Amino acid sequence: MSSSTATQPYVPKTRVGKVTDYVDSRVGGSGIVKEFGRKIFPDHWTFMFGEVALYTFVILLISGTFLTFFYDPSMAETHYEGSYLPLRGVEMSVAYASSLDISFDIRGGLFMRQVHHWSALLFVASVAVHMLRVFFTGAFRRPREFNWVVGCVLLILSLAAGFTGYSLPDDLLSGNGLRIIDGVMKAIPVVGTYLSFFLFGGEFPGTAIIGRLYVLHILLIPAVILLMIGIHLFMVVLHKHSQFPGPGRTNTNVVGYPVGPVYAAKAGGFFFIVFGVLAAISAAFTINPIWNYGPYDPSPVSAGTQPDWYIGWVDGALRLMPGTLGPNFDFEFMIPFPWGDNALSLNVLFPALVPATIIFALMFTWPWIEAWITKDKREHHLLDRPRNAPTRTAIGVAGVVFYCIQWAAASSDLIATHFLVSLNDVLYVLRFLVIFGPVIAFMVTRRIALALQRKDREIALHGRETGRIVRLPHGEFIEVHEPVDDYKLYKLVSFNSPEVSIPRADANGKVGLVDKVHGRVSRFFFEDRVAPVTPRELEESHHDHHGEVAGAQDREAITSR
Amino acid sequence: MADSREDASRTSVTLASPGQQLDEFENPGLPPHRPRLADRDPRAEKRAERQVALLFTISVIGTLLFFVGYFFIPLNDTIARLRLQNLTLGLGTAFAMLGIGVGIVHWAKTLMPDHEVTESRHEIRPENDRQDAEKIVNDILDESGIKRRPLIRNTLLGAVVLAPLPAIAIFRDLGPLPGNVLKETMWDAGVRLTRDPSGTPIRASDVTRGSAFHVIPEGLNEVENKLEEKAKAVVLLMRLDPSELNPSPGRENWGYDGIVAYSKICTHVGCPVALYEQHTHHLLCPCHQSTFDLEQECKVIFGPAARPLPQLPIEVDDEGYLVASSDFQEPVGPSFWERG
Repeated sequence: MSSSTATQPYVPKTRVGKVTDYVDSRVGGSGIVKEFGRKIFPDHWTFMFGEVALYTFVILLISGTFLTFFYDPSMAETHYEGSYLPLRGVEMSVAYASSLDISFDIRGGLFMRQVHHWSALLFVASVAVHMLRVFFTGAFRRPREFNWVVGCVLLILSLAAGFTGYSLPDDLLSGNGLRIIDGVMKAIPVVGTYLSFFLFGGEFPGTAIIGRLYVLHILLIPAVILLMIGIHLFMVVLHKHSQFPGPGRTNTNVVGYPVGPVYAAKAGGFFFIVFGVLAAISAAFTINPIWNYGPYDPSPVSAGTQPDWYIGWVDGALRLMPGTLGPNFDFEFMIPFPWGDNALSLNVLFPALVPATIIFALMFTWPWIEAWITKDKREHHLLDRPRNAPTRTAIGVAGVVFYCIQWAAASSDLIATHFLVSLNDVLYVLRFLVIFGPVIAFMVTRRIALALQRKDREIALHGRETGRIVRLPHGEFIEVHEPVDDYKLYKLVSFNSPEVSIPRADANGKVGLVDKVHGRVSRFFFEDRVAPVTPRELEESHHDHHGEVAGAQDREAITSR
Repeated sequence: MADSREDASRTSVTLASPGQQLDEFENPGLPPHRPRLADRDPRAEKRAERQVALLFTISVIGTLLFFVGYFFIPLNDTIARLRLQNLTLGLGTAFAMLGIGVGIVHWAKTLMPDHEVTESRHEIRPENDRQDAEKIVNDILDESGIKRRPLIRNTLLGAVVLAPLPAIAIFRDLGPLPGNVLKETMWDAGVRLTRDPSGTPIRASDVTRGSAFHVIPEGLNEVENKLEEKAKAVVLLMRLDPSELNPSPGRENWGYDGIVAYSKICTHVGCPVALYEQHTHHLLCPCHQSTFDLEQECKVIFGPAARPLPQLPIEVDDEGYLVASSDFQEPVGPSFWERG
């Protein structure tokens, strides 16, 4: 209070100024503007995936709210009376009938349904790609480990949001999806049957499940997603965004554009672009034509059906697992207990739980696993180019391949019918690939990453190939190389390149087991290593090959052309 | 701005930075700013301005297009009209959004300043903050007295651990307990096999060799919990040459003159096993491709299912209609813990 007496109280002059001042003096807007108005955000095209995820979520909220005004989550029986003639008079649930009404009798209803479904597909996809970006560039390292975990939670929530929404129309396709969920749930030992009865309110399908999924889909899951997004963005602001290494960029600064006006304009404009692209897709491409499937009935099923893409891998895993081996062995075990036998269906339980557990467990713990391997506890605000972390990149690609083979398996029947090959052979090949594919992908990716690093070294040391062949006086032909400029050079040589850490003996001259394991893992990670070029190496290479590197005159000749 | 290598020693945690060893390249700093066309040429600037305005105008046209679709393309019970309306609404919205979005981004990229700015990072947790916080927390704990009064602390702990239990228990009524319902279906001795969905009974003579019937028990359409009963009771009925069937001991009279009935619910995760390949006598589940061989009592010959489809024992009643001789002899559908 005493400090305000020193200056004249501010009196706004314009009308806008008066309104602004009225609000500002009550909510402290000046402080917010001071903090965020010119905040710097680094710019890179890969940083947009997270933006796409955020924007598709907003579009989901908008389109979803519209749908709730017309959708009725009741499983009561009714006879369809709407304007889609082929189904008129057919007995169905109110939920399915209202979904048909949204599509056929509400103007813009079909459009909003399609926007909602396409956005959901893009939402999960953008979350996944955003996480791949974070993984492959090492953005999960200290101090961002917790934000990576929040991201993992968001991925699981986005899958849950997608699945609960997928079942709401109560059509034949989604009903069979629920039937599969019911079957998987019943395979859980001890509590499975109870879980199924509690979820469905009794025997499958019951009359409760749609209403329950609806509450999860429109209330609980979006609320938790919003909360997580809040935490996620709060931490982004707290940490400031990471950036790629390059000239002028260091681990202690952020280089980019200020929020106002450039970044706000670009990011804000990008929201409208995402919305526009989704609207264009929804205008032209039908998604989930529920009227073709008919109402849910436990007896019929359509062939060649697939779940939405993000659930596909679980369905594919279910297909890949053999139920029997040879004529006399099957994976359903009857475990004898004093009160009788209990059934353990590993043919369902194993594929439903194990791949997902492996992927999510590794995903959640990866920041700490890698920190343990590298023993690197420093803060990292500069990203890795994926090639500069060959083993991490290779592990990531192996995971992606593991995922994609399972995803492909969810289309095993369509692959067979489209390419006119035996369905059984498709599955045999995929069973082989789901195990060996990741291993092959790991080896190939690591080699590619190392090769790219060598290429970078080559360019840093000897410059870029100009394509100009010169004949020297003594008859030798050489290709003229042009040295890269300092900025480009710095991009190629500024990266961390951890080395193998050899386990050290303790005071008694012994190496502990943990240290031994660590030494092994460290060797596996960093034995094959391409070190960044040092100034001395560059110096030496100029002496060795000065004939091959374009001199000042050559450069002039090249640029003047 | 150009030389922004900063002193990393001011932070309490170590910061990883390439260039900390002597044998590394000096950071050359930000590359010089390259002016864009619109920065140098006023005509290019004017052109960019007009382009942005044009894009915003396209957005206005898109919004108008939406209203054209909404008010002037009435729905008339045909899919073609619905598609046309959907296309118009969608493209209208797309142009409305893309016009704004592309316009703003174009504006930012061509006309707003594109000088990169450097800002330094702050330490996430300065040491003096940590000390202050520690003191505050200690004061709070001290004033609350929770350390000095273990009686309060322990009773509170007990109360807090127990208090959420009702919140879990209250969900008990989400569903009834399974009981025996999964082991019983509507089938019983004398229940007629009828067509799905019409419910008309089937004579043995209707079932010609090579044909397959989708079957529900008589009276299913009248029961109250129709879908739940149907999800267990649906059956596939097929006729083979009796010599092709190889019934195991005790199951010889479960069929009638080559007619056999098997549960249609897959023993894997419960999809309907809807595909019958009459040349090979295989049944295939379209969901996960489990394949069952009719000649071996629906044994699994491929895919993820582990158990054969349960067989429904059938016979023919006085009027020549197919009836069940009993319920299934084992639970149908996906496995569950209590199945044994």
